[in-house]
Amino acid sequence: MRYVALFIILLLFWLLITFSLTIENVIVGAVAALLTTALFGKFFRHNLIKFLQPQRYFWALVYLFVFTWECVKANFDVAYRVIHPAMPIKPGIVRVKLNLKTEIGKTILANSITMTPGTISVDLIDDELYVHWIYVSSMDPEVYSQKIAGRFENYIKKIFE
Amino acid sequence: MNLAETISLILIIIGVLFNLFGAIGLVRLPDVYNRLQSATKCVTLGTCSILLSLLIRFGFIDIGVKALIAIPILFFASTVGAHALARGAYKNGIELGGKSVKDDYKEVES
Repeated sequence: MRYVALFIILLLFWLLITFSLTIENVIVGAVAALLTTALFGKFFRHNLIKFLQPQRYFWALVYLFVFTWECVKANFDVAYRVIHPAMPIKPGIVRVKLNLKTEIGKTILANSITMTPGTISVDLIDDELYVHWIYVSSMDPEVYSQKIAGRFENYIKKIFE
Repeated sequence: MNLAETISLILIIIGVLFNLFGAIGLVRLPDVYNRLQSATKCVTLGTCSILLSLLIRFGFIDIGVKALIAIPILFFASTVGAHALARGAYKNGIELGGKSVKDDYKEVES
């Protein structure tokens, strides 16, 4: 069942990136999707029921807007630090504790953290994320966990868990 | 010049500016981790902005939709790439730059 779902998602993706509905194209896409499913299907371990719950899509849309806003802010922040003659940076690696349970949730959160103000996720061990931060504004684990991960965690929990 | 063209032109200018900032950051910042910061953030937003301007300029025909799909692909590629580069640099013993104030990752490595 989950192989069929993966196959359909991959075929739809192929049709979108090639954007033509000729028979040859569909056949090539089907073969490619079949190969990918056969090779990587065992890594696709989602609960399929989650795909059919509409409130998850609603929160994904909300998250998209929140994330875009944070991302634009991040860019102005980094651009400011780069252009400023004195370069106000104070870098360091901090440990952030995550409250998420699912693998996909952790992955999306780590990716989101990489895209937001001055932070790059360096490594993920169990549920502790190591984050390189361009401006360490506080030494208190509580404060910076909230600052780095807290913004997104609630949304991601609603989408994936 | 109509509205769609104006908006797409503005987006292209924003995108090129952010790519420029990213490139400046790549030269100015002190160590590999800080350089990754500017390389992932500014350059990704700049390129996404240029792709979005393509979508607005051409609408939902094949070229616009392809540009729209390139955005999430670029997003995942750049974040995963940044993670791999940062982790690889640390594993190969590259120290954090002189300005660094905190390093929690050291305990895991040693």
